[in-house]
Amino acid sequence: MDENTPLLDELEKGPWPSYVKEIKRAAKKNKAAKDLLGIQELSYKDKVTHWKHGGIVGVTGYGGGVIGRYSDVPEQFPNAASFHTIRVNHPGGWFYTTKALRQICDVWEKFGSGMTNFHGSTGDIILLGTTTENLQPCFDALAGIGFDLGGSGSALRTIAGCVGPARCEWSTIDTLNIVHDLTMEFQDEIHRPRWPYKFKIKASGCPNDCVAAIARADFTIIGTWRDSLRIDQNSVKEYAEKGFDIHKLIVDRCPTDALEWDEKKKELTLKPEDCVRCMHCINKMPKAIRPGVEGGATIMIGGKAPIIKGAYLSWVLIPFMKMEPPYHEMKELLRKIWDWWDEHGRTRERLAELVERVGLKRFLREMGIKPVPQMVFKPRANPYVFFDKK
Amino acid sequence: MGTTDIGPPDYHTMLPGVIKKNYGKWKYHEIIRPGVLKHVSETGDVVYTVRVGSPRLVSVDFIRDICDVADKYCEGHLRFTSRYNIELMTGDIANVDKVIEAVKKLGLPVGGTGACISNIVHTQGWIHCHSAATDASGLVKSVMDELYDHFTNMKLPALLRISVACCINMCGAVHCSDLAIVGVHTKPPKVDNEKLAAVCEIPTTIRSCPTGAIRRHPDENIKSVVVREDLCMYCANCFTVCPAMPLADAMGDGVALYAGGKVSNARKPPMFSRMIVPYLPNNPPRWPEVVDIIKGVVNVYAEHARKYERMGEWIERIGWETFFRLTGIPFTEQHIDDFTHAVETYRTTTQFKW
Ligand code: HEM
Ligand code: HEM
Ligand code: HEM
Ligand code: HEM
Ligand code: SF4
Ligand code: SF4
Ligand code: SF4
Ligand code: SF4
Repeated sequence: MDENTPLLDELEKGPWPSYVKEIKRAAKKNKAAKDLLGIQELSYKDKVTHWKHGGIVGVTGYGGGVIGRYSDVPEQFPNAASFHTIRVNHPGGWFYTTKALRQICDVWEKFGSGMTNFHGSTGDIILLGTTTENLQPCFDALAGIGFDLGGSGSALRTIAGCVGPARCEWSTIDTLNIVHDLTMEFQDEIHRPRWPYKFKIKASGCPNDCVAAIARADFTIIGTWRDSLRIDQNSVKEYAEKGFDIHKLIVDRCPTDALEWDEKKKELTLKPEDCVRCMHCINKMPKAIRPGVEGGATIMIGGKAPIIKGAYLSWVLIPFMKMEPPYHEMKELLRKIWDWWDEHGRTRERLAELVERVGLKRFLREMGIKPVPQMVFKPRANPYVFFDKK
Repeated sequence: MGTTDIGPPDYHTMLPGVIKKNYGKWKYHEIIRPGVLKHVSETGDVVYTVRVGSPRLVSVDFIRDICDVADKYCEGHLRFTSRYNIELMTGDIANVDKVIEAVKKLGLPVGGTGACISNIVHTQGWIHCHSAATDASGLVKSVMDELYDHFTNMKLPALLRISVACCINMCGAVHCSDLAIVGVHTKPPKVDNEKLAAVCEIPTTIRSCPTGAIRRHPDENIKSVVVREDLCMYCANCFTVCPAMPLADAMGDGVALYAGGKVSNARKPPMFSRMIVPYLPNNPPRWPEVVDIIKGVVNVYAEHARKYERMGEWIERIGWETFFRLTGIPFTEQHIDDFTHAVETYRTTTQFKW
């Protein structure tokens, strides 16, 4: 096809690594990638997308994991007329051996366009662009190297978590293990969509929330601790001696005034009952302050992007839950939530929207969870209250 | 039919030796220079991590290039971060410079740590999505080219996270980013009656609209719907349910900018990003209007915010009225919310600044 791509060529310039160079690299070996480049250039010219709604495509035994994609300019770019995406479930923490990565590359070079996303926003490895005929053999080859599909459609989406205990001193829960354990337990829920809409689970090891679990997951697991954070006074002194302004940058910035600084003794003390475990002091003085040792998670629900009724942040459901394999309590809670949502949710209604529609009160009742003040910022201000009519 | 449901590989099989040995035993870390982390374990072991920017949309040969570096210096292991950065880990400080040199040779930046602008979380756009109101990869490239130095150094008041979503489905965490770029439509769907009758369910289509803008076609002989344009907010929900109602429009589509969101609980609780610019036209390949405003806001923030203050914390302290004054961005009727929880955003106090 026409390889004249003046608009995209602009994006080869500049210091940030260029995805256009990457498509061109793939295009040298693969006709579909070459046509992808042409379609992208056409979109740059026309200022509209040239992809159509997906048809129903997939692999045997699965209801999702493949996103069907067709171009609306098949005559012009026949090699990318069908350009389906395969979502591949990543290993927890996004750690890889180069052997595994090279095997994925080899499979995708054989069966697809050679273009990928490392990674998609949900966490999957995204293999971009193959034909309907190649889907099954590509899946079989991926299974052969030990990889499986991720979630799509009205299913449990691929579960993701932060690097956690693998390389972060702040994690109070084993995020990699939680992600892997839940992923293996809920393979059916991931691979066979049957719910009102999608459901996402994400786990961050501490309230810094590196995977944005609070904003992006219907079921949010965030590491926290029950005891008080640990302060090493010797290291505190070292920070002070190096000229770090502990009073201004740490004590004054604590959101709940939980820290006190004795300038003379160079001592930092905590009023543990006032600490809300926000992580600020720990983040800025990692050698001196560490999370507590009695670890567990705050379980929150509801986070989602705007479609349909607006964006939600997850809110507290269980202020503290111990996180020990095999995570029975959490799995039971998940199943209960799913059953309830499946029964009452309308098509394309996420959990938060359903809870808002029917009320948090009813949700808590039906889950058998006792209301506690940690669930709300503040109690209601209006007098419009329902009582049992028994 | 082959095996199904084998799940992803067990993460244990992917961990480098030093990580396996010190799993859960990490004591503290420091950023020894932009892009290089040093984690120290209770066991006394140390691991150095070199963080490397990636365009995310990459060819298999790109992955192979990175694997070559990891094979040479990192015992054949590597990982990716939630913001698409590549992390190359080694226990040997002597390897750090070699890794940096090798990735620079590949044209990749080292950075993304501390008070910086890390890689932009983004979506598919015109590369692969039917729903896109703008492109994602091209916007990211255009913005990161201009903000490149903020990736490789750590000179901002606090970390600054940017996201791009090419439609309001917002596949990335755009609604809680310091700065967000969102593809928007501004023209109602164009109903294709013939196609609608063939491929869509009318009840489902009517029901899909959050504002009730979709009605049955008044002519009973036409099995289709009509859109009340005054009620349409261009959300494209109907298009997701019914492909016969495309909203894409070369002139109408563009991007909106949002600011002040965060997900971390540090200091202030997580916050939503809020609208700063309701609409800018799509101007590929470089979106100069978008890049200019983003750059301007970053500069004003860098100049005015206090140390450790995230964008949203800074704006809350100075007030949105001051934000609009300092940035020179015009405040319009579109900035005032009229969706579900709008009233919560109206100012119910006499306290404000000029
Ligand atoms: C007179 C005929 C039909 C009626 C009245 C009808 C009614 C409905 C209703 C009320 C819903 C739920 C919509 C919602 O909750 O928003 C629905 C969903 C659905 N129907 Fe039908 N239906 C009809 C025929 C069909 C046919 C012939 C098919 C397939 C060939 C079909 C496939 C579906 C599918 C796939 C959904 C789920 C849509 C989604 O998940 O978004 N329906 N239908
Ligand atoms: C020709 C026959 C039918 C017509 C014209 C029709 C039309 C409709 C309409 C206009 C709605 C309301 C959509 C809205 O809320 O905006 C609706 C809802 C619904 N219809 Fe039908 N319908 C038909 C047959 C059926 C049948 C046969 C079933 C079930 C077997 C069915 C099940 C439903 C359900 C469950 C809803 C409510 C969906 C929800 O609230 O989530 N309908 N239908
Ligand atoms: C059995 C009789 C009727 C039923 C079931 C009925 C039902 C409805 C419904 C469901 C709507 C849509 C409302 C909405 O979605 O907001 C509507 C709209 C409307 N109806 Fe009726 N209607 C009936 C009789 C009438 C009559 C007799 C008139 C006038 C004389 C009328 C005038 C209108 C008008 C003007 C609207 C449009 C309102 C708007 O777009 O906001 N309707 N009707
Ligand atoms: C065939 C029978 C009927 C149908 C299909 C029908 C359908 C609807 C629909 C779709 C709406 C709009 C709901 C919304 O936009 O949220 C509506 C609203 C309404 N209907 Fe009906 N309706 C019927 C009969 C009736 C009857 C018999 C009454 C009263 C006796 C009635 C009273 C109302 C009222 C008061 C509203 C407005 C509710 C509000 O906006 O708060 N409808 N109807
Ligand atoms: S969320 Fe917390 S535990 Fe997890 S990687 Fe981030 S800082 Fe570390
Ligand atoms: S973790 Fe946050 S709330 Fe707790 S003492 Fe430190 S700064 Fe204060
Ligand atoms: S944000 Fe919208 S346009 Fe972009 S990939 Fe997601 S659904 Fe598609
Ligand atoms: S774009 Fe949204 S508001 Fe407009 S008709 Fe479609 S669903 Fe309704």
